[in-house]
Amino acid sequence: MAGQSDPHISLFSPEEIEFMAEDELVEIVPNMRMDPLNFISGNFGPFYPQIPIKVPLWLAVALKKRGKCTIRPPQWMSIENLTQVLEGEREDQGAFQAVPFHYIEISRLLFDHARDDIPDIYMVRSLVEDIRDVRLHKVETNLEKFSATSAVKIAHLSAMEVNVVRPFVVRALQAFFKHDNPVLMGDLDTVSDGQPQVTRQRQVPNNAQRQPLKRR
Amino acid sequence: MAEDFGDGSAASAAADMEEYEMLMSTTDVELLKTAWRNEKAAPEILQFQAQLVKRAREQIQLMEETIEDFEESGLDPLTVSLYQMDLDRAQFLLRSYLRVRLRKLEKYMLYIWKNDSLWNRLSEPEKMFVQRCIDDMEKHLEETVLSKLPDNYQSARRQSVISEEDDMVPEPRLDTFVACKTSNSFVSLRLADSERPLEMERQDVSFVLYKVIEDKIGADIDLV
Repeated sequence: MAGQSDPHISLFSPEEIEFMAEDELVEIVPNMRMDPLNFISGNFGPFYPQIPIKVPLWLAVALKKRGKCTIRPPQWMSIENLTQVLEGEREDQGAFQAVPFHYIEISRLLFDHARDDIPDIYMVRSLVEDIRDVRLHKVETNLEKFSATSAVKIAHLSAMEVNVVRPFVVRALQAFFKHDNPVLMGDLDTVSDGQPQVTRQRQVPNNAQRQPLKRR
Repeated sequence: MAEDFGDGSAASAAADMEEYEMLMSTTDVELLKTAWRNEKAAPEILQFQAQLVKRAREQIQLMEETIEDFEESGLDPLTVSLYQMDLDRAQFLLRSYLRVRLRKLEKYMLYIWKNDSLWNRLSEPEKMFVQRCIDDMEKHLEETVLSKLPDNYQSARRQSVISEEDDMVPEPRLDTFVACKTSNSFVSLRLADSERPLEMERQDVSFVLYKVIEDKIGADIDLV
C-alpha cells in the first residue's frame, strides 16, 4: 500500500509548486503611491513612485497586470550569469550549479507576465530553457548510474526537478532497500507472498549484489 | 529562496537569505506552508499543528472582517483586491492542509484508530471524523456484503476467523523514501546501513528513508 497514491503522478502539482514559488521576493518599481499593505503573509510597503521595493512574486505580478509597477528581474536572470551557469552545467556532468530553488517557476512567471521588463527576453528565455534541459538530462543520466545506498544527496536540485524525479528515485530506492533488507520487508509482505518468516532471515551482504541501473 | 544567488557576492547573498528566512519564518503563513508541505510528503499522519491552525484561523477571520470594513469605507478597489488575494492564499493553504490530513484519515482510519501514538496526533474534530468514518464504513460493508458471507468471513478487518490479527487494515508504507531539505545551515543524519552520517547543508536535497528523519520533520528537516 503506497503512501502516495499513484507513483506516476507527482506528489505536488505544477500549480502547487508555482504557488510556493510565488512567495519568493522580487524587486518592483511602483509607479503609484500606496499605503503599507498589512497582509497575513507579512507587511509590505509603503509604495512610492520610482522607489524600488521588495514584494512577493504574486503581489508583483498582480500589480504588474494592472500596470502599477515594473518588475526588476532578479540578478541571477542576467544574461551574464545565465551564460555562466549554462557553461558550468555543461562542463561539470557530476554536479549542479547553484540556482534558486524555484528558478523554473520564477522565470516562467516573469516571462508570462513581465516580458517587457526583461531586457533581451529571447536570449534570457532560451538560456533558462537550455539550463533546464541540460539539468534534467543530467539528472536522468546520473540516475542511470546511481547504485543505491540508503540515501541520495543532490546539491542545488530545484523544486520542480525534485518533483519530476521523485517518483522514479523513490521507487528505485525502495527496490534497493527491499533487496538489501529482506527481513525488514518481511513484516510488510507476509500477507501478499505468504512465505514463512524463517526463510527470509539471511542478510544480503552489503553492496554485494548491486547492479547499476540498465540503460533504457 | 535566494533570488540574488549568483550575483557574484556569495556572502551577501547568503546573508540576505538568512535575513529573509528569519523574516519569513515569523509569519504563520510560512509556517503553515511548511506544515502543509510536510504533511503532503509524509506517508503517515503527522502531529496536528493545533496552535498554528488556531492562529491561522484567527488571522483569516480578522482579515475577512477587515476586508468587509474596507469595502464599506470605499477604500480603493485595487488595495481591497490585493488584500483579498492575500486572504485567498492563506485560506488555500489552511484548507489544503486540513484536506491532506482528511485524505490520510480516510485511507488509514482503522490503522490510526488502533495506534495510540498516531491517534494522539489528531485534533478533536479529526478524531470524531475518524470514528464516524469507521462506523459508517463498517455498517456499509456489513449491510452490503459481509452479512451475506459465510459466518467465518464476516469481519471487515480480518480475512477470516483464523486470522490472528487484523490483516485487512490498510497501512501506510513507512519504509519509503522522502525528499528533504534542511532549514538549518547544517544537519547530520545517522543512516542505518552506513558508518558515515549523511551530512546536509542548506542547498542539498536528499532522498532518505522516512524513518531516518521522521523525528526531525518540522525541526531540522523539512520535506519538499
